[in-house]
Amino acid sequence: MSALYTESVASLRRKLAAKEITAVDVADQLLARIEQADGKLNAYNFKPDAAKVRAAAQAADLSKPLGGVPIAIKDVINVQGDPCTCSSKILQGYTAPYDATVIKKLREAGAVLVGRTNMDEFAMGSSTENSSWGVTRNPWDTDRIPGGSSGGSAAVVGGHEAFAALGSDTGGSIRQPAALCGCVGLKPTYGRVSRYGLVAFASSLDQIGPFTKTVEDAALLMEVISGHDPKDNTSVNRPVPKYTDALKQDLRGMKLGVPKEYFISGIDPEVEAATKAAIEHFAKQGAEIVDISLPHTEYACAVYYIIAPAEASANLARFEGVRYGNRVKNPKDILDLYRSTREQGFGPEVKRRIILGTYVLSSGYYDAYYNRAQKVRQLIKRDFEQAFTKCDAILTPTSPTAAFKVGEKTSDPLQMYLADIFTIAVNLAGVCGISIPCGFTKSKLPIGLQIIGAQWGEENVLRAAHGYEQTTEWHKEVPQI
Amino acid sequence: MASPDIDVRYVADLARLNLSDAEAATFQKQLSDILGYVAQLEKVDVSSVAAFSGPVVNNLRPDVLGESLPVEVALSNAPQQENNLIVVPKMIE
Repeated sequence: MSALYTESVASLRRKLAAKEITAVDVADQLLARIEQADGKLNAYNFKPDAAKVRAAAQAADLSKPLGGVPIAIKDVINVQGDPCTCSSKILQGYTAPYDATVIKKLREAGAVLVGRTNMDEFAMGSSTENSSWGVTRNPWDTDRIPGGSSGGSAAVVGGHEAFAALGSDTGGSIRQPAALCGCVGLKPTYGRVSRYGLVAFASSLDQIGPFTKTVEDAALLMEVISGHDPKDNTSVNRPVPKYTDALKQDLRGMKLGVPKEYFISGIDPEVEAATKAAIEHFAKQGAEIVDISLPHTEYACAVYYIIAPAEASANLARFEGVRYGNRVKNPKDILDLYRSTREQGFGPEVKRRIILGTYVLSSGYYDAYYNRAQKVRQLIKRDFEQAFTKCDAILTPTSPTAAFKVGEKTSDPLQMYLADIFTIAVNLAGVCGISIPCGFTKSKLPIGLQIIGAQWGEENVLRAAHGYEQTTEWHKEVPQI
Repeated sequence: MASPDIDVRYVADLARLNLSDAEAATFQKQLSDILGYVAQLEKVDVSSVAAFSGPVVNNLRPDVLGESLPVEVALSNAPQQENNLIVVPKMIE
């Protein structure tokens, strides 16, 4: 029998309901697994407190949708009474005074919260190397990065140190690490999930979403965390579908688009081959494959690296040592307090993006950079609207390469930025996307397939992803740690 | 847009951020590279395009008083405080 910690959420729920296991058994086995594996992965900034987790498991209401299920949380989401560091020195010592809306919803659904996962500082990065807590390692090869920025959440799910996790995705920060760690990661439509209590990076792009071992689990978590929240005025008042119902239909009759712009030079041949094999598999299962075009794809990365840093420079102005976080000792005056606190508290990538964002918003440059980028963003959004008149969902690679080595791209930020080239447009357009396992490289590194849906197209994305997963075996592989 | 003429020290000052000499030199080079890359947007014809107005329409709640954090909880993370106020160095002479 395989270890309990490798089970999916849905399978745990069935065993708990049948009283084959108790929530305390689940908690104990997971705690033991974390003790065994996290020394190698460094995926948790704060490992779960064993006594608290056991008590929560004991008290869990098993009749609730996630009753007794342990779930890990990216260290960028506020959980009342716990730290929330965003992997930054500037927030060390901060204690969250309230629960994010997604946390409130998880608690109401009976989930047991376990630990805060590592990330790139303030979610800026694609490798989880920009962390004041040290790099997280990929569960499939500990010499390699787990992707980012939600690398910790991807590593705990891919490495079976959690049954599911929440992350946040601004330019690919759920889908890219999910691809690199061999798990499922869903970026919901902008406005589907409340951002209240998520520390803001780029407010027009950020969404919270689930990391899971199966597509069914992603649907289960989406049913819990989605919905309108008066505390987030960009969350949309629209009924939440029963996403698990979308899994009942197979792939026959689905129209799936393949955009030629996503098969470019620079994509790793093994990734390209796995993606093309997956597309053929969809066709064999009865889906109709249609050629589509997203003509402004090549500009997405440039647009993103104007808009995201611009929004970040404004959002991160709040970290100046006055209201929360660290403050330098004995500043000369108020300006020195701001400047020195920020110098000491932020890491290099965050400083780089603050400077870049401040520059593109500064007098004389605003029109040339920010305004132009917002116009090209509109063209990118229009590309997707037109594409979705021809298909139900779009198939692409999630990442141009499998996991790269620790340190390989740290000296060249532009190369690091291009790691998100296939995921960024989805955030710019505000649509949804999932990454699911679709193969391995010869050296046994996971490869991810991205399925993009229209605005509010989660049901199509989940249906396509589930149809593929149920007729393949990739998601059943477990890494040796 | 073509010439990435960023003055890193000037912009860092606008952003209330001190930089070491080493950081300023590294960022000068890296940010010039990045600005060179984003300059490709000049190639796009945007003459008849309206700027993106946001992924969704803001959905504002009624402006009525609701529950909120008690003052002591809201201030619990402030590095220095007195009488329910945050203390900072003197700003006005």
